[in-house]
Amino acid sequence: MNKQLIQNEYETEKFGIALASKLKPGDVVCLVGDLGTGKTTLTKAIAKGLGVEETVTSPTFTLVQEYLEGRLPLYHFDVYRILDSSEMFEIGFDDYLYGQGVCVIEWADQIMDILPEDKIVIKLDYGKEEGSRIYDYAGN
Amino acid sequence: MERIEEEMMSENKFLTLAIETSCDETSIAVLSGDREVLSNIISSQIEIHKAYGGVVPEIASRHHLDNINLVLEEALGEAKIKLKDVDLIGVTSGPGLVGALLIGLATAKAIAYASRKPLIGVHHIMGHICANYIAHKELEPPFLAVVVSGGHTNIVDVTGYNTYQVLGRTRDDAAGEAFDKVARVLGLGYPGGPKIDELAKSGNPQAIAFKRVYLEKDSYDFSFSGIKTGVLNYLNTQKLLGEPIQRADVAASFQLAVVEVIVNKAIKAAQEMKRDKIVLAGGVAANSLLRRLFEEACEKADLKLYYPPPILCTDNAAMIGCAAHYRYQAGFVDDMSLDAYPNLKL
Repeated sequence: MNKQLIQNEYETEKFGIALASKLKPGDVVCLVGDLGTGKTTLTKAIAKGLGVEETVTSPTFTLVQEYLEGRLPLYHFDVYRILDSSEMFEIGFDDYLYGQGVCVIEWADQIMDILPEDKIVIKLDYGKEEGSRIYDYAGN
Repeated sequence: MERIEEEMMSENKFLTLAIETSCDETSIAVLSGDREVLSNIISSQIEIHKAYGGVVPEIASRHHLDNINLVLEEALGEAKIKLKDVDLIGVTSGPGLVGALLIGLATAKAIAYASRKPLIGVHHIMGHICANYIAHKELEPPFLAVVVSGGHTNIVDVTGYNTYQVLGRTRDDAAGEAFDKVARVLGLGYPGGPKIDELAKSGNPQAIAFKRVYLEKDSYDFSFSGIKTGVLNYLNTQKLLGEPIQRADVAASFQLAVVEVIVNKAIKAAQEMKRDKIVLAGGVAANSLLRRLFEEACEKADLKLYYPPPILCTDNAAMIGCAAHYRYQAGFVDDMSLDAYPNLKL
């Protein structure tokens, strides 16, 4: 476990880009945190770090958005609405999970039972100052 | 004599069967020609989803499968036609939930294959825009379209029935998604749009000054993620201070902040593109404040405003049929390789 104070969106971007530089095919990044803690904002930073130029938008509606133009394919999930992990297989989740890209999963705590043991988990929480966040980082 | 003519007319009618299953509605419609709706059956699943606070994908696809044959029978029955009378099959191919889209696609392909009739895949957003052709028989391109729904927020310059240019889109959350998420934190339930619209009527829209996000000066893009965080921050601060929360004021202030940005950007875009009509589409086009502010702004800017009745704002197959008809007229036809594209771009 490794806690880090993020003061603002600029630091979120720095964090995401640094993380992206270490990612390799098959990596799974789990983002866990309440509404408004900046899961999509952090994903945007990771995408930028991977070299995705397209705008990363919320995948809430379609569950998954794919970005294939970066250093590695990026699969961006929002599984908030998933109640039963088995539902994930309907959208071909294992193909994404064991593919050549990186999965970034918002609300990953909803489906922990079907995620591989080897994964990065980032818990996002509000900091004391408005706009600040605390990232609790675990994994390789 | 007259009767014979009528019969001939009906035989000559070009019939389109359309299927829409991109999200939570199973809908099948029959159109005669481009704009005459003979039936438009929508099997709303909202009741099921309410319990979960959103669309649950597996439930959505399972219920589409349960519903689709019944909906088809009803659509044909109400239109008083048989499957063999159909000349064209239109179906939503994206964007949407992949499991849900596939059920509509499989049905459309099976019908097209068995009846050897042309198949046309339709972009869901184009369908929403076409809903206005059905509602307003005189409407013709060019015009500026504003598509606002749970999954989309787009400003589109529509130059022809099949030609358009996206001027602006959301960079994070869709407008309807922001409504859903704020409704969730206010404990209002799903669907968030109508709930906030209703509660806002008894609130003061000036009570809380949520930040309006316009992005760069000339941009027609949107960002609604910040206002969601703004509402959360406000609620947390009130809680910490021990102050009561007036939910109606929060709903009204939030709604105004979102709607104001959409209206201002759309008017500016219409003026820049020199369009004299603005056309609203999508589920959020049913929002009463959005309609009122657009009416006021369009009158002031001397623009004509169009929007569909609520039944055509919601996801429905009639709008898909209309879009399919215009695509077919322009010579677009798909084949059996037509697939579901969850992230289909406009």
